[in-house]
Amino acid sequence: MKKISPLQLYKHLPGTNCRECQESSCMAFASTLIERSHNIEDCTPLMKEDKYSEKRGTLFEILTPPIKEIKIGNGDRQVVIGGEEVMYRHDLTYFNPTAIFIDINDGMENGAIQEKVEKIKEFTVTRIGEKLNLDGIAIRSTTNDPTKFGEIVLSVVEKYDLPLILCSYNSEILEVGLAISADKKPLIYAANKENWESIVNLALKYDCPVVASAPGNPQELVELVQNLTNNGVENIVLDIGTYPRGKKFYEMNENLAMMRRLAIEDGIKNLGFPILGVPMVAWMQEKDEIKASKLEATLASTQLLRYCDVLILHSLETWALLPLLTLRQNIYTDPRVPISVDAGIREIEKPNKNSPVLVTSNFALTYYTVASDLESAKIPCYVLVVDTDGLAVEVAIAGGKLTASGINEIFEESNIIDRIDHKKLIIPGRIARLSGEIEDATGLEILVGPIDSARIGGFLEKNWSN
Amino acid sequence: MNIEEILKDIVDAEEIELEKVSIEGDIVLEIDKLLSTFSQPQSNPVIATPTKSAEIKEDVYKFSPPIQEYNGNVAEITLGSTKADGGTRRKVVKIGGQTTLYRFEGGYKNPPVISFDVFDMEMTSFPKTLREQWGDIWDDPASWAKKAVKLGTELVTLHLVSTDPRVKDTSPKEAARTVEDVLQAVKVPLVVGGSGNPEKDPLLFEKVAEAAEGEMLLLASANLDLDFKKIVDVAKKYKHNVLAFTSMNITDQQSLNRLLLEEGLPKNQLVQDPTTGALGYGIDYTYSIIERLKQNALKGEKVLQNPIFCGVTNAWAAREAWMNEPKWGAREHRGLLWEIFTALTVINAGADGMMMLHPNSVKIVKEIIEAASEDLEGPEIDYQDWVGSI
Repeated sequence: MKKISPLQLYKHLPGTNCRECQESSCMAFASTLIERSHNIEDCTPLMKEDKYSEKRGTLFEILTPPIKEIKIGNGDRQVVIGGEEVMYRHDLTYFNPTAIFIDINDGMENGAIQEKVEKIKEFTVTRIGEKLNLDGIAIRSTTNDPTKFGEIVLSVVEKYDLPLILCSYNSEILEVGLAISADKKPLIYAANKENWESIVNLALKYDCPVVASAPGNPQELVELVQNLTNNGVENIVLDIGTYPRGKKFYEMNENLAMMRRLAIEDGIKNLGFPILGVPMVAWMQEKDEIKASKLEATLASTQLLRYCDVLILHSLETWALLPLLTLRQNIYTDPRVPISVDAGIREIEKPNKNSPVLVTSNFALTYYTVASDLESAKIPCYVLVVDTDGLAVEVAIAGGKLTASGINEIFEESNIIDRIDHKKLIIPGRIARLSGEIEDATGLEILVGPIDSARIGGFLEKNWSN
Repeated sequence: MNIEEILKDIVDAEEIELEKVSIEGDIVLEIDKLLSTFSQPQSNPVIATPTKSAEIKEDVYKFSPPIQEYNGNVAEITLGSTKADGGTRRKVVKIGGQTTLYRFEGGYKNPPVISFDVFDMEMTSFPKTLREQWGDIWDDPASWAKKAVKLGTELVTLHLVSTDPRVKDTSPKEAARTVEDVLQAVKVPLVVGGSGNPEKDPLLFEKVAEAAEGEMLLLASANLDLDFKKIVDVAKKYKHNVLAFTSMNITDQQSLNRLLLEEGLPKNQLVQDPTTGALGYGIDYTYSIIERLKQNALKGEKVLQNPIFCGVTNAWAAREAWMNEPKWGAREHRGLLWEIFTALTVINAGADGMMMLHPNSVKIVKEIIEAASEDLEGPEIDYQDWVGSI
C-alpha cells in the first residue's frame, strides 16, 4: 500500500465544505484524517446520511492502516500497538510507540513478584517534559503448573491494572490465566504450528489478542496466521523469534524488514499485524547479570528500530532502560515538528532586573532541555536563544554557527539590556573558549556556566550575587 | 466467597468480574481440584474443536523476499592506499558501494566500519569513563593511535583540535608532523579532522595533505562556511578523500556535495557527514536524514550517491552518558549503551562509517556488524525455551 494523499480521501468526503468538523474545508479535513488529528466519525454528514454510505465504506477501507492496530489491556493503562502506515518515519510519522513489557514468572517467590511488579508500575523517567513509562507485565509459566500460574495471575490482577501478556505454549495453563484475567484483555503468547487449534479456541472464547509464533520461519508464520484468521481470530501479533547473536540475529533483522515491507508496500494481509520481539532471550546466553542486561538492551534497540511494536524484557536496570525509552521517544517523535525554536529572549519563572541572562542555542531539544531544567529548579532568569540554524551548542560551535557576533546580534536585538540592572551574561560551559571574544563583542562581563544545564542551580548559588 | 468458589464460577461463567470481589487474609489457592475440569474436556468441554476448516487454503501467500528495482547506486570509496598505489598502508578500507537498500535484495557490499577517535592533545574534558580508557597515553597521539588499532579498529581518526587558535593554535606545519608520526606508528588508513575553525582548517589541510601525499586520507571536513575549493584542490593534488560536513540539513548536503563535485573532486573521493545527533539529542533527525540520503541515492539522485560517515562520539556529550546521577543507574554501563545505541541507530539508517570512543562499545557494535555481514554461526539457542527456562 502506498502513502495516502488528501486528494484520494477528498473524493470520498461529502465535498460540501460544511465545516461541522471545525475545519475550513473538506480538503483540510482530509489532511487531518491522514495526520489522525480527526477521525472519520468527526464528519457528521458522512456518518449520518444514507446517501454517503458507500463513500463512508470506501473511506474506512482506505484509512484502515496496513498494520492492524491491536489493543492490550483496558482502562487507563491500555496499550495500543501497530496501526502504522509507513516503513520510514520521514514518509509521515510513526504512530504507536513500541510497548515495553517486563517479565515475571510463576517460579518466583511471592514477595519478589510483588516487588518487581511494583517497580514496573512505578518506573518513570522524565525527559524533555515527557514521562517515560513501562507498559505492562509478561507472566511466564516456568513451573508448568497451572495452579502456580493461576495464583500469580490472580495476585497481579487483584492489585494492578497494567496490561498483561500470558506466556505458555500449553493451552491448559493459558486457560487458567485467561479465566482469571480475560476481562483485562491480556495478549496470549503463543500459538504455534503444534498448538494453534487449542489456542484459537482460547482466543475466541475469551476474546483476547493472540501471538502467532514461528521462530525463524516466515513461511510458517504466514500459514499460521492464515489458520488463525480462517478460524475467526482477528487480533494477531507476529513473532518471528528473537536471536541474540550470529547468523540467526542477522536473519531476524532481515525477516523483520521483509515482513514490514511486504505488509506496507505490497499489502500482504497475513503480515499486516504488529510484531513482537523478545530481547530477554539474552538471558539464555549470558549468565552474568550486567552482560545479560547489556545484550538485552542492544537487542531491544535493534528490534525497536526494525519495526517491533512490542518487546518483552527481563531487566529493570535503569541504566539499561533509560537509553531504550529515550530511543523510543526519539524514533516515535513526529518528524514534521520543526527542529528549531525562534531565536530571541525567553522569560523563565518571572525574572526581575537582577535575574541572570543565560545563552543557549535554538535547537529545539537544547532549548527545551535547558528550559525544563531551569523551570524544575525554579530559577527566575532570561534565556537568550541564539539562532544556530537549529544546531546544538557543541555542533554549532564546531560548524561556526554559534559565534560571538551572533550572540551580540541577538543581545542587541532583544533589548534585554533595558530589562536588567547588571551587565553579565552566562554562556554554556561548552563554549568557554569563546568567552574572550564574546566579552569583546558585547562589552559584558562573561561568566562561563556549567557544561550541563542540570548544574545551573548549583552554579548560580556560587557565582550569582545580584 | 472463597477462591475455590471464584474459580468454579470462572470455569462456568462466560464472563467474570473479579474486581468486584475483595480478597482478604492469607489466600490458599486450591486450583488443583478445579483443574481437573480443564483436563477432562469430555466432562466439561472447555476446549472445542475449531468450527471452520483447520486446513490452510491452497492459495496461501508464499513468502518471498520483496526485492525492488533501484535506479542508482552508492559510490564505493577507498580509504587509505597501499604501497602499490603510492601509499604506505598495509590494507585499505572500502566503504559504500551499495546497489540496493537491504542486503536481502542482493546489493550489499561493504559492512560499516568503525574508526577510533584520537586527539592531538590531552582531552581533560573527557568523562571519567573515557579518561580511564585513554588517559594513560593521551599526551602522545602516536601511542594513542597504536592503542586504538590494538583494540581492534581498521581505521583511526586523528582530530587536530589543538590547531584551533582559541585552543593551542598549533601551526599547520607542526600538525602535519603529528599526522606523519601517526602514519608511522600505525598502518591502518587515517581520517584527519581539523578544529572546525573556518579560516585555519583549509590551511591546515593543505599542509596535512602534502605531508601525507598519496595516502588517501579522509580530510574531515569541508563545509559551506570555509574555503572548500582549497580543500578540494589539495585533495586532488595529493590524492585524498574529502568528508562533506553539513548540519542536519539535507538541502545543504545536496548543495555542498554538488559544489565539491563541481570543483572537480572525483565522485569516488567524496564521503558525506550530515551530523550525528546523540541519542536523546537529535538522533531522530539524523536517523531520518540518513535514511533519506540513502534512499534518494538509490533512487538516482546523483549528488547524494556517496557513503555516510557519522560522529557517534557525540553520544558522550549527552548528560545521560556521563553524569553521575544515581536515579539513572550505574553511569559506566549507561555511557556505553548511550554510544552503542547511537551507533546502532545510524547503522540501521544506513551509515557506512562511525567514529567512536569507548573500546567496550566498539567491541559490542563490531560484534553486531560482523553478525550482520559475515554470516557468523552464533551460539544455538532454542528460541521457544525463553518462556519456560530463563
